[in-house]
Amino acid sequence: MSQINRLEGGQIDRNQPLNFKFDGKSYAGFAGDTLASALLANDVRLMGRSFKYHRPRGPLTAGSEEPNAIVELRSGNRQEPNTRATTAELYEGLTAKSQNRWPSLAFDAMAINDRFSNFLTAGFYYKTFMWPAVFWEKVYEPIIRKAAGLGSLSLLDDPDEYDKGFRHTDLLIIGAGPSGLMAALTAGRAGSDVILADEDFAFGGRLNSETFAINDEASDVWVQATIAELSAMSNVRMMTRTTVIGAFDHGIYGAVERVSDHLIMPAAGKPRQILWRIYAAKTILAAGATERPIAFENNDRPGIMLASAMRSYANRWAATPAQRVTIFTNNDDGHSTAADLHAKGVKIAAVIDSRADAPRSLDYEVVQGAQVVDSKGRLGVKFVEVKLADGSSRTIECGALGVSGGWNPNVHMTCHQRGRPTWNESLAAFVPGGTLPPGMTVTGAANGDLSTHMALKTGAAAAKAALGLKGRSAKTPTAEDAPVSQTPFWYVEGCSRAWLDQQNDVTVKDVKLSHQEGFRSVEHLKRYTTLGMATDQGKTSNMGGLAIMAELAGKSIPEVGTTIFRPPYTPTSIGVLAGRMRGKEFHPTRLTPSHYWAKERGAVFVEVGNWLRAQWFPIAGETHWRESVDREVTATRASVGVCDCTTLGKIDVQGSDAATFLNKVYCNAFAKLAVGKVRYGLMLREDGIAMDDGTAGRLAEDHFVVTTTTAKAAAVYQHLEFVRQCLYPDLDVQLISTTEAWAQYAVAGPNSRALLQKIVDPEFDISNEAFPFMGCGNITVCGGLRARLFRISFSGELAFEIAVPSRYGDALMRRLMDVGEEFNVTPYGTEALGVMRIEKGHAAGNELNGTTSALNLGMGRMVSKKKDSIGSTLSERAGMNEENALMQVGIQPLDPADKITSGGHLMAADGPVDAAHDQGYVTSAAFSPTLSSMIGLGMLKDGGNRQGEKMRLVSPLTDLTVDVEIVSAHFVDPEGERVRG
Amino acid sequence: MSVVKSMHSLTPITALGGSEPRVETIGGVTCREVPEVALASVTARLKHEGQTKTALKKAVGLTAPDVGLVASKTLTIFWMGPDQWMVEAPFDSHEDLAAQLKALTKDHASVAEQTDAWTRFDVSGENVLNVMELLCNLNTRQMAVDAVSRSSIHHLGCFVRHISADHFGIYGPRASAGSLHHAIITAMSSAR
Repeated sequence: MSQINRLEGGQIDRNQPLNFKFDGKSYAGFAGDTLASALLANDVRLMGRSFKYHRPRGPLTAGSEEPNAIVELRSGNRQEPNTRATTAELYEGLTAKSQNRWPSLAFDAMAINDRFSNFLTAGFYYKTFMWPAVFWEKVYEPIIRKAAGLGSLSLLDDPDEYDKGFRHTDLLIIGAGPSGLMAALTAGRAGSDVILADEDFAFGGRLNSETFAINDEASDVWVQATIAELSAMSNVRMMTRTTVIGAFDHGIYGAVERVSDHLIMPAAGKPRQILWRIYAAKTILAAGATERPIAFENNDRPGIMLASAMRSYANRWAATPAQRVTIFTNNDDGHSTAADLHAKGVKIAAVIDSRADAPRSLDYEVVQGAQVVDSKGRLGVKFVEVKLADGSSRTIECGALGVSGGWNPNVHMTCHQRGRPTWNESLAAFVPGGTLPPGMTVTGAANGDLSTHMALKTGAAAAKAALGLKGRSAKTPTAEDAPVSQTPFWYVEGCSRAWLDQQNDVTVKDVKLSHQEGFRSVEHLKRYTTLGMATDQGKTSNMGGLAIMAELAGKSIPEVGTTIFRPPYTPTSIGVLAGRMRGKEFHPTRLTPSHYWAKERGAVFVEVGNWLRAQWFPIAGETHWRESVDREVTATRASVGVCDCTTLGKIDVQGSDAATFLNKVYCNAFAKLAVGKVRYGLMLREDGIAMDDGTAGRLAEDHFVVTTTTAKAAAVYQHLEFVRQCLYPDLDVQLISTTEAWAQYAVAGPNSRALLQKIVDPEFDISNEAFPFMGCGNITVCGGLRARLFRISFSGELAFEIAVPSRYGDALMRRLMDVGEEFNVTPYGTEALGVMRIEKGHAAGNELNGTTSALNLGMGRMVSKKKDSIGSTLSERAGMNEENALMQVGIQPLDPADKITSGGHLMAADGPVDAAHDQGYVTSAAFSPTLSSMIGLGMLKDGGNRQGEKMRLVSPLTDLTVDVEIVSAHFVDPEGERVRG
Repeated sequence: MSVVKSMHSLTPITALGGSEPRVETIGGVTCREVPEVALASVTARLKHEGQTKTALKKAVGLTAPDVGLVASKTLTIFWMGPDQWMVEAPFDSHEDLAAQLKALTKDHASVAEQTDAWTRFDVSGENVLNVMELLCNLNTRQMAVDAVSRSSIHHLGCFVRHISADHFGIYGPRASAGSLHHAIITAMSSAR
């Protein structure tokens, strides 16, 4: 079969033949074709099956409003279901499959549903799957889920990339038909910054489908000249294949550009689609109009389509659905289709016009005052049944029927911010009204101006008005200006299974049933019948449904109203909404200054927020992470270890009131901290709960460096800025983050000082006397590099933290490893860090969990009563100071072989295990190589007075019960001698 | 300001981990890592705004720029926030930029070293605007030369500076240099 329905002319490129496959069968088309036009040219009308009844369906339209001809495009990991054949551009090697059928499109076993249509009416699911209740989840839901949806997913990762981008413009023009093009010309010539976007791959809109003249030449000449002029303007950006999907707040429009959908795959490095956010000062909506069908019995057979679509296929794509065609219309526009097809050599069987005074034609028969009432044909229309004016019937043989019931302006985008359209009686259609999105003007057919002349004229005028352009307007090109007369004609009387919504199989009968059963509000009608849902969002069906509901309710259509139109205007892939933010690119990554060195050492990394931190450093022979971690802990406690702690937040606090400021944000005193000293600090939330802890070192009278936990760095900075700007704007204090400016390493263990002495320049004395515990200062290392040294310890050992500018962090780590060889220096990761801080009893994020107070953490006395600080007053609430309040404790198993699990709960040694008898919970747990058993930290009621008590640690979820002893939280060096050594 | 060269024995690496700045050209746009700059923030202390501006003028030879603007000669100053500026200088001659500025502004301003808090990527070339519009929501087509703004790029808070007609500087957090660089290179490849 070779394109037997291909006509002469059109905008296809016959020099570029293209091969494609539909349901495994090979066909040929041309560049410029859509899948639908190429299939029609190949005499394929049957392109899909309907959702519910599996009725054979072909294209109803030639655009994005298509409800029927939806296919699975491409294969493998690029397979995309529910793609409209009417907008899918043909390319060499395109493959498509029909969907919602089994085993084949021509023979679909599920078409049996059509025989049971009396049962499968609106509300079928609600009425049927009611009982027994036990069937809901196990039986009904799986069945309904299997039947639901159209097409299938490949379940493979999408191999393509998607981008997001931002564009700004003085004027966004949505739609590049005559009105949009004229608006762009007017604004572009005035020098304004313009974006012209159209969902089609060719500009021109409806002009591409018509044989109208503009300025006494074929409209195509004007379109091409206009495109050429606009393309030459640097201030006009022309975006084809770009669907504006939504009008959002503040003049921001979402637009999806299909960069590569017309290619077999995207070019290397290029995205498949881009989601643009277009910031428009003004917008002109020139989205055109959609022709409306007339419902009659069996009006859904392949070959029955909108008359305007038939005209598009013939004029633009040189294709006809059949060689013998009938037209059914209630207006003059239907006659244009007949005339154009006749001119292309297609046999017009008849034009059935419901008007008694319909215009006659010399070229074909016009049947006045008649209506098409039924159709016949198994997989496509073969005959239409016509009821003549005198009441008699006539059967007409034809392979296609073009239906025209008038036009509906595309008002969707005007409603995205809850604007409601208004009813235009002369058009019998809704037109934009009420409150439009700010800055929006609507022109041309979208505004109900349905002639080409008016489209051109209003487009130019709208651009002038929107941009406030002065001066005389350029002459509007001459074009047809036929008076438009539309009368309501929604359905043929007496029909029952007449399809309103072909995508959801909603018939006239369903709407009547909905009314009968009390679902009369338009929103209820939609949800009860599914009218207007799914990929086409009812672009061809809503009006018919409303009209019938209005008639049944005895109301006018505007009284019934419409459902609200919401974004997106057409189906949008999830991929383009995600953009680059997926997989490993879901969030940015932060690398520590020693990252490249750690990677060379074979470190195993862990994600800590966005940071990648070395978790441990395995060495040859180690087969389990515990071996590495135990070794790192033991080596550090025995000699010296180094850990990259750059990730801790560092906030530079300066100003003459810096000390006063810190006194406000920390619950403990800071005002009198001496220069050259560091102090541990606890910040409370306003409600008295612990927010974060860390240290603050005083480098000068008016200069502190505050450290935060890794997790809370940003939150604490934000909090401090809030306090500075809003609570104490009269304090002279300045903040800036220096987290990434400095590479900071913990050097811990009895030989830490000896190691540091090898790199700290000799003029700096870091002996215990000169640089005691909790000292800090600016120093230099390695022959003059500026550095900061803090004598603080998270491990409980003699320890320091040394900081150098980040670019030198890699070199400093390598130097520490080199000079530390004699001490068996050992790099350690976050696991060993965690083990050592648990052994020392230092609280971390597990303990500062948003529910604990200073009292719970064993630091109740730190909350100074001598000053006012954030959270101090509310920390005195009675409920937070009960006698048996939770207190941090240490937990050790009686049998060293037993496990301690974080999250387990503490219960009395005997008695019931339930929530009522809960005594506390474990916050942190680790294996301690120092104690040769697992240990834990936890919160226990009245924990301060329960050391030595035997309890049970239970974890019902993991079926664990362990006998434990409550001990001091400080397992290692409880007196703190090592840190001061 | 005086020229101070550090004599220490540690070798720096760039934010992307190399010994030399990374340079890549795709589709007529070049992305260059720029480690050769020192940065320091200067924030006026309360009621010392005038003195800070005077000190900055003396130190840098430029009037502290107004909101969203950059002033540039040998050194560059750009506006960061209310009464807060970033000073940029050649690294080789101004590694101790913060110390020098502190000495000149004395107690009128708080100065913090920011050299390695940031990484700078210069993106330049004929199609640079097409790349920028994939990266951030600034109206870079209308952005004046010598304008600067905060913007989010790939979820990272950055400064975007319009250096010359087809040349932008992006200052992003150093630890995320790899992610930021990836975003820029991807956009360069993607843009048309």
